Amino acid sequence: MNGAHDLGGSHGFGEIDRRQQVNFEHFWEQRVFGLTLACGMLGQWNLDQSRYAREDMHPVDYLSSSYYEHWLHGCERLMKERGLVTDSELQSGTASKDNAVMLEAIEPDCVDRILKSGGPTLMETDQLAKFKPGDHVVVCNFHPKSHTRAPRYIRGHRGTVQAHRGAHIFPDQHALDGGRIPAHLYNVRFESETLWGEDAAEAGSAVYVDVFEPYLE
Amino acid sequence: MSDHNHHHERSLSEIEDRVQRLEALLVEKNLVNRETIDALIDTYENKVGPRNGARVVARAWTDAEYKTRLLANATDAISEMGYQGRQGEHMEVVENTDTVHNMVVCTLCSCYPWPVLGLPPAWYKASEYRARAVSEPRTVLREFGVDIPQQKEVRVWDSTAEIRYLVLPQRPADTESLNQEELAALVSRDAMIGVALAGEAR
Repeated sequence: MNGAHDLGGSHGFGEIDRRQQVNFEHFWEQRVFGLTLACGMLGQWNLDQSRYAREDMHPVDYLSSSYYEHWLHGCERLMKERGLVTDSELQSGTASKDNAVMLEAIEPDCVDRILKSGGPTLMETDQLAKFKPGDHVVVCNFHPKSHTRAPRYIRGHRGTVQAHRGAHIFPDQHALDGGRIPAHLYNVRFESETLWGEDAAEAGSAVYVDVFEPYLE
Repeated sequence: MSDHNHHHERSLSEIEDRVQRLEALLVEKNLVNRETIDALIDTYENKVGPRNGARVVARAWTDAEYKTRLLANATDAISEMGYQGRQGEHMEVVENTDTVHNMVVCTLCSCYPWPVLGLPPAWYKASEYRARAVSEPRTVLREFGVDIPQQKEVRVWDSTAEIRYLVLPQRPADTESLNQEELAALVSRDAMIGVALAGEAR
């Protein structure tokens, strides 16, 4: 989706503020971090669905709220969408009798194992890769309203394949219905002048983006 | 709760209350365990952080054979050091040289190699860096105090898929006498994101 999260090349944000050097500025941010991971471990949604739940915020809200507010929004939203909590429960902070759920919390002694195994996305596929290193490719000019990992600033632009990363879970489909479809993934180099034009581009720089085959013409 | 409450500063207590209610509710419903939340926070506050990545870099600087493996298959070479898993499932290491400087961003969210660097700093997740790193990397680097000569190419790696990047900085001069541990102390988090050089105090 063309949401506020797709920030590459946006103007007007100003200087980078490097003052905050700790992981969590406020206690509540730690809790949101832990809650989000712990809820994710219930297995009711995948990483792409959690990304979509955050980027689908109203753009004004997205840009005017802090990072862990995005996470809080995403966590509440997914818990509601999966029927695990209701709006009235979120407002009261107590469970209503008629909305019992049959899931069980992840125990603390499982945390290390779950984090260590992670969620690999590499997949086997019989489909041959369409492109190889050195190939010139063009990113499709497409604007899905659903989740995609093709940032706007590369769409319609030409780049050169640097590497084939194998086939990975295609995030667009994964976010829609959890389907795990393999898609070849390529690292593509885009010249700055191609992306930003001769006048705006900084000479002697290039951007490398991992691009899924369905995004390429 | 208003969905379009467009205040720049929502009050802290309002958010704190909302988070407390959510946590209490999920604990009551046995959807989360408070100790699990504590363990998750403890992992990234106290156990996993940029010292991991610094050890990988220091080893690559001193062990040519390891460096070759690291650049060829970063996931396996990093896992060999005991660092693996969530947000580091598929790793790539990009090497700074006399002709190339690398820096890493995630323009779409905040993808970052957790097993080697821990959680990203606030500026990495903020709109300013995400907006500007791809379109004006040299200007951004100068803000970080790094002036890359014009003849050296700057490569920006946008982490849009599940590949996570670690920058292998150039080894500072006159460090031949240092051991791996001493070398690792010269490698800052920012140097491994590519917005600092190794050996710089950060």
